[in-house]
Amino acid sequence: MASQPYVMLDEMATRPGRDTVLAAVTRWAFITLSMVFLAALLFAPLATVIAMALAKGWGAYFATFLDPDTRAAIRLTLITALVVVPINTVFGFAAGWSIAKFEFKGKSFLITLIDLPLAVSPVISGMIYVLLFGLQGWFGRYLQDHDISIIFALPGIILATMFVTFPYVARELIPLMQQLGNDEEEAAITLGAGGWLTFFRVTLPKVRWGLLYGIILCNARAMGEFGAVSVVSGHIRGLTNTMPLHIEILYNEYNFVGAFAVASLLMLLALATLIVKTLVERTGYRRR
Amino acid sequence: MKPLRQPSVLPGFGLTFGFTTLFLSGIVLLPLAALVLMTASMPWSEFLHVISTPRAIGSYRLSFGASLLAASINLVFGFIIAWTLVRYEFPGRKVIDALIDMPFALPTAVSGIALTTVFAANGWIGRYLEPLGIKVAYTWIGVTVALTLIGMPFVVRSVQPALQEVQRDLEDAAETLGAGRFYVFRRIILPTVLPALLTGFTLAFARAVGEYGSVIFISGNIPMRTEITPLLIVIRLEEFDYRGAAALGFVMLVISFAMLLTINLLQAWGRRRLVATGR
Repeated sequence: MASQPYVMLDEMATRPGRDTVLAAVTRWAFITLSMVFLAALLFAPLATVIAMALAKGWGAYFATFLDPDTRAAIRLTLITALVVVPINTVFGFAAGWSIAKFEFKGKSFLITLIDLPLAVSPVISGMIYVLLFGLQGWFGRYLQDHDISIIFALPGIILATMFVTFPYVARELIPLMQQLGNDEEEAAITLGAGGWLTFFRVTLPKVRWGLLYGIILCNARAMGEFGAVSVVSGHIRGLTNTMPLHIEILYNEYNFVGAFAVASLLMLLALATLIVKTLVERTGYRRR
Repeated sequence: MKPLRQPSVLPGFGLTFGFTTLFLSGIVLLPLAALVLMTASMPWSEFLHVISTPRAIGSYRLSFGASLLAASINLVFGFIIAWTLVRYEFPGRKVIDALIDMPFALPTAVSGIALTTVFAANGWIGRYLEPLGIKVAYTWIGVTVALTLIGMPFVVRSVQPALQEVQRDLEDAAETLGAGRFYVFRRIILPTVLPALLTGFTLAFARAVGEYGSVIFISGNIPMRTEITPLLIVIRLEEFDYRGAAALGFVMLVISFAMLLTINLLQAWGRRRLVATGR
């Protein structure tokens, strides 16, 4: 993010007297404090994941992924992300198109509502679906009579994940589309292009980097969500356990190699997300 | 009177606006309304009783106390980190800048078990703190550590752009006029970044209050002592006490919205200040 020109150091070197010494000491102190803080809170935990996952060697590490329950958890996480991310992307475009291309009343209120899930505790995000569809919930009796499972089953996991990751694509696309303006779209329409053609040939290429940015963030969140999914999943091994929930189960069974092996996969996903994010930013795309 | 919608040559308003509001209502608003309605259907006395049991009060104290402490720690260290990244050039700066977002991208369960392992009595850091009599894992200190980690990017990312906006010529001018570094910091740098610092603080605090995944591993979850409010909600749900869970959730929801409002007010204030100083 910080890529302003750094004129500071040369300037400093030419300044006389106490400032040079003081500036050097301050600089040293700030860098050291930052590094100690980040090392303790961020780098040590990240290194621990690798160390613990490989504590009993590569054989034990890979054995984790042969376990059918672990594989089921990975599969469930992938399925959830595959359903949730495209739907939230379509929503992001719908919200972006209606908000950026048109002027209507209540627009800023709508934007606030879209950001709402970010302000809600993950536990509450899961709970609201339990209150609706759980056994004691509003539709619980009806669902039970008709043999439909939502809570403690895949639909509940998908709903909770969708709620949590709901704003990620939209909040990238809305400001970007607003900022880029409508001139090209209006030109295309006036020249006779249809709405869909305009969208795919004009709008989509314009917003591609912001879109990629939103999708990878949404995906990282969808695959890693713990609190909301934990509330609705029921923790049935091999059936309704996503990867983060499987980590919890393995950890609580003192299967540390297994827990950290699964954790290492999610950590790699997070690293990949940050790398893509950095590359996207390097193309010149900036979050506001 | 302004029409409901300004005319435009572009098509697709009905489709996209319809889909947006429909989806928003179905996924977000209706379920949240269910929570509010379930709480509203409780008798007032029952609601008050449920949200003021000693166990609930104990959980608020930990959730809000540790979140406040963590956000305060981040206020200081977030500023230091942002300053380091903006003002100094050193090897690995770009990599560290990119890694600041790690707590956003890293699933909370992963940071939870990793922090617990590092700060446990035999962990990499815990083993040096244990002889000093400082127990981190399974105490409120551990809760604070976890909440500090997840709140850190909010402060750094809020402050970084603000620090880049500080006018260096103003600083230089002040110094040539005889101002000391601390005076420059207090009178020029701090006023510019203050709205951003407060926004970052509030965002970190709001996120910490609701946090679940990274806390439950390191907290030990002893009722009244190391049990956070979100965990108490989960316990109520597991007991099928939906009304109790809803009431506690409602309390948290109200507080979250109050903080959301605060953030918006702070940001409006920050924009006004920028306009007032001519930028």
